[in-house]
Amino acid sequence: MERSTPKRLAALCFCTALAGSAYALEMDATGKVTLEGRAFFDDGAYPEQSQNSNLSVTIEPDLYWETDDRNHTFYFKPFLRLDQHDDERTHADIRELSWTYYQGDWELRAGLRKVFWGVTEFQHLVDVINQTDGVEDIDNEEKLGQPMINLSLVRDWGIVDLYLLPGFRERTFAGADGRLRGPLVVATNEAEYESGAGDHHTDVAVRWSHTIDAYDIGAHVFHGTNRDPILSPRVINGQTVLVPYYEQMTQFGVDLQATLDSWLWKAEVLWRDTDREDYWATQAGFEYTFYGINESDADLGVLLEYGWDERGTDATSPFQNDLSLGARLTLNDAQSSELLAGIIYDLDYDSTTFQIEASRRLGAQWKVSLDLRYFDANDTRDPLTAFNDDSHIQLTIERYF
Amino acid sequence: MNLAMTSLSTLMATLLVATPLMAQTDAQAEKGLTISKESKARDEGWGDMQADMLMVLRNSQGEESIREIRLKSLEVDNDGDKSLSIFDKPLDVKGTAFLSFSHPVGADDQWLYLPALKRVKRIASRNKSGPFMGSEFSYEDLASFEIEKYTYKYIKDEACGDDTCFVVEQYPVDKYSGYTRRVVWIDQSEYRLQKAVFYDRKDALLKTLTYHDYQQYLDKYWRADLMKMVNHQTNKSTDLKWNNYQFKTGLSDSDFNKNTLKRAR
Repeated sequence: MERSTPKRLAALCFCTALAGSAYALEMDATGKVTLEGRAFFDDGAYPEQSQNSNLSVTIEPDLYWETDDRNHTFYFKPFLRLDQHDDERTHADIRELSWTYYQGDWELRAGLRKVFWGVTEFQHLVDVINQTDGVEDIDNEEKLGQPMINLSLVRDWGIVDLYLLPGFRERTFAGADGRLRGPLVVATNEAEYESGAGDHHTDVAVRWSHTIDAYDIGAHVFHGTNRDPILSPRVINGQTVLVPYYEQMTQFGVDLQATLDSWLWKAEVLWRDTDREDYWATQAGFEYTFYGINESDADLGVLLEYGWDERGTDATSPFQNDLSLGARLTLNDAQSSELLAGIIYDLDYDSTTFQIEASRRLGAQWKVSLDLRYFDANDTRDPLTAFNDDSHIQLTIERYF
Repeated sequence: MNLAMTSLSTLMATLLVATPLMAQTDAQAEKGLTISKESKARDEGWGDMQADMLMVLRNSQGEESIREIRLKSLEVDNDGDKSLSIFDKPLDVKGTAFLSFSHPVGADDQWLYLPALKRVKRIASRNKSGPFMGSEFSYEDLASFEIEKYTYKYIKDEACGDDTCFVVEQYPVDKYSGYTRRVVWIDQSEYRLQKAVFYDRKDALLKTLTYHDYQQYLDKYWRADLMKMVNHQTNKSTDLKWNNYQFKTGLSDSDFNKNTLKRAR
């Protein structure tokens, strides 16, 4: 009985908002279906990893409504992945289920949403609102929908976003049968919290962002549950597993980009304070683009970034002392052909992650991508050694509708 | 002494020959500028504008692909226009939006919104010579016309359709332009662009743009329903069809910021 209250309340809010005037809703339904095939070069390092190839399918509809005056919008974006081998990777999420109301210079956004903060490419250090959907990929790009109420104010001196974040999403991890995991499986059901409220803790955040000529600057403060868990081994039912522990944290962060001619200079800096420690971390670098290379339409971007974490090799982040070098080739053709290559070199452990992503559109509704990822880590203290046998190629076919 | 005399006479001779030539060149530049200023002046005061763009790209084999974009623009006094472009097709870029604050001189301010990542990216505006969405239109072809962006030279009058056109050469000031010059045909009745011929960085003939089916809005502003761009070097072409032109719809500065970019759809 009690459980239905929030839903009823939500329904009531939507109806009240709509009842104000005679609104007609216009719907826009699109989405995509993705087929992903992975082939691993080596056998899995751990006994349960019997497979050397894996097929997976995702479905991601995108449903959008707006009122005639466009002041109210509703957005629903569910997500489903079916994975051939990993039961943990077979999962569903609501990426977006939100209502937005805007009036002139302010905007109220409520529901499950995704927010992106930051400027750098190899690591999204200050992007802390949404939890990572870690089972999707190891690049931390995929995020889970975060419950929020967000008031956004546009002022002459910048945009201010106020966030109230009721409820926390736990990070997802590959299961025992999945590849791209460490020697111990993460027991997500056993997650523990510093806060007595557990995953019901309400977090708060404020972000200011502004553009001054060629400079885009952002600053934020976040107080609440740390999205990055501490993983500790424990024996449960005779098996050693990793138990995630979610601390409380306060974080201050700054992101800055200078867009000067063909140069993009980028920096993200954060200071994070938890019960155990406080530390600084940064990701900074540049992107330089050669336009119209060899009198063609193609552009070549060269990226260099450095990631540093004050905690050094004790850091929970893999970018504790890492140099990243990348190249982005954009053909600017009708098929939007692109090639992205990157190498991340860990200066503490001499380990390397190498990645190539090539993609192009086929016809009007298809897109195909071919990715290669190669890991080379030999220092046993390096967390990357867990992926040493997981180098793979991946073919992704996307159909848009 | 002899040497000096020779130099002096050479100089005198040069001056005698060059003065009428230079005067002619100055007059041509002046007239080219005057025509272009009049063309610009006749299109001022539109305030804000919304329209739908349909691009049909054809490769040399005649295979077509489609781009659909909705465009909102705001006229800014003493500066370039602000514009917001929202991409509907192809479907893989649906929801992508592009915000641009153009400036007559110097780099434009540009941001791209990537809906899958929900990320707003400030991008360099340096690539103005690059193709817009793989089409034969470059970014600079689609940018608002500003007097300061070119120097001018009037060439001649020439018949164009039922009208007579001024033929004017325009030389881009920006060193990053993809052109050494463009030659434009401006009709004398309404000062509308009827044709533009583009020459690449090596001054070789590159593209021809023709304007078709002009309509007048608010009894003042002329807009072509169809713009055809043909690339003579690759035999590719792009038709740009405009629909649902609306002027003075009440857009203001507050419709052109990073929040509206994220909201655009």
